[in-house]
Amino acid sequence: MIYMDHSATSPVDREVLNAMEPYFVKSYGNASTLYSLGRDARRAMESSREKVASIIGANTDEIIFTSGGTESDNIAIKGIAYRFKRRGNHIITSNIEHPAVDETCKYLEKNGFEVTYLPVEKDGIVNSSDLEDAITDKTILITVMHANNEIGTIQPISELGEIARENKIYFHTDAVQSVGKIPVNVEELNVDMLSLSAHKLYGPKGVGALYIKKGVRLEPIIHGGGHEKGIRPGTENVAGIVGLGKACEIAEKTLEEEAQYLTTMRDELIRRVLSEIDESYLNGHPTKRLPNNINFRFTGIEGESLVLHLDSKNIASSTGSACSSKKLEASHVLMALGLEEVQAHGSLRLTLGKENKVEDTDYVIESIKNAVDTLRKMSPLWCQAKV
Amino acid sequence: MVSGKGLINMYSEKVMEHFSNPRNVGEIEDADGVGTVGNPVCGDLMTIYIKVKDNIIEDIKFKTFGCGAAIATSSMVTEMAMGKTLEEALKISRNDVADELEGLPPVKMHCSNLAADALKAAIDDYKKKIAEKE
Repeated sequence: MIYMDHSATSPVDREVLNAMEPYFVKSYGNASTLYSLGRDARRAMESSREKVASIIGANTDEIIFTSGGTESDNIAIKGIAYRFKRRGNHIITSNIEHPAVDETCKYLEKNGFEVTYLPVEKDGIVNSSDLEDAITDKTILITVMHANNEIGTIQPISELGEIARENKIYFHTDAVQSVGKIPVNVEELNVDMLSLSAHKLYGPKGVGALYIKKGVRLEPIIHGGGHEKGIRPGTENVAGIVGLGKACEIAEKTLEEEAQYLTTMRDELIRRVLSEIDESYLNGHPTKRLPNNINFRFTGIEGESLVLHLDSKNIASSTGSACSSKKLEASHVLMALGLEEVQAHGSLRLTLGKENKVEDTDYVIESIKNAVDTLRKMSPLWCQAKV
Repeated sequence: MVSGKGLINMYSEKVMEHFSNPRNVGEIEDADGVGTVGNPVCGDLMTIYIKVKDNIIEDIKFKTFGCGAAIATSSMVTEMAMGKTLEEALKISRNDVADELEGLPPVKMHCSNLAADALKAAIDDYKKKIAEKE
């Protein structure tokens, strides 16, 4: 299997798994207890907090452990909305957010909030002047993702965050796709809150973190025993948290080298596919994108069929075609780039990871060529395009 | 975004078999009837070509833009209709096609299960042409 779907999830690093193991069977204590088993767990958790804080340039007391990216996004967005609803009811986001942010904003819209969805340029980047224009005296929160999960586009968060700061508006970013892939520093990015997740950086599923800048107060959306400063109560997932910490520690050490390796492989795959396959295009920005993200579209074919063909060649990929989504709608991200539905249906996302080998690229390119060719031969749209 | 393995689990072996080795792909240049249904905006478009002799479908081919289910149902309907009388072929329903494929995921029953409609459209086109000739 050639796994090229790392933005969906990534395999757990062996070193991460080894670090987690003792906290299931040996040091299994509840981290809130006073005896040594509990203290071991607590120590391991706090050491993880340091590692998570380190990879994003935060202080340890600014990190809250959560169950993952979706929960972090919900806690941040609803937490600000509920706490400051008397000050204002306006939220600004982008129209290419992950559903964890997008659906949370839509939920708040149904509950008395007003949301502005900033458009993106053709290359998938938010324009900072659009943000400036959208701010009103009712705006309490701006939430724009750091890197997009479908097209890998990296947003000018530092610039957007500065605008938020000048206007005294809280700024949150979903950095689930960027942490561990590109340098992320909460000071440089000018953010008040930042979401991250373990399973995108070779850690386990079901654990993540939320950075909350010192002094920022959120209304809790989950209530219970006061864990994680009362922001995310519930007995801590100690083994998961240890896994997240280890994954961050490894990622921080290897980030530069890995980013270079993946960027080279990415650019080679893009260059060859675009030159060797007729009417193939790259979605998103050519350089302001994650080192591991490739998103193509091919005229005349549908993405689900392409993903199935590649699976039969043991290549794992994904698509933004409507036919593969539960809602039967084309990807909102690709539509936000100004594409027609029929173009969005023909998309293919490959997201690379450190275990992908350069020598596999020939096979992947050959398989894509064959699959596109087979599907075009049976497509009535391709004939029309060519006649 | 949806990834490979989720899709495979969703489809029956029969669907995957027809998707991987579709029967009767192509066009018939001097077709007696041609039927096109679907809408590329929704992600599915299929055209069926038939050659009719003595009221029997003696050749049938298809071209489809669409998902795994769209391609598999197209392939299956051509196999089911080949050699049948027009009356028999007209009786092939969407459900018959889905049943022959050992079922389709519920979400695909409406959007991608258009092949029986395309076959009907091709037969209607043939009948219209005959009526115009007479």
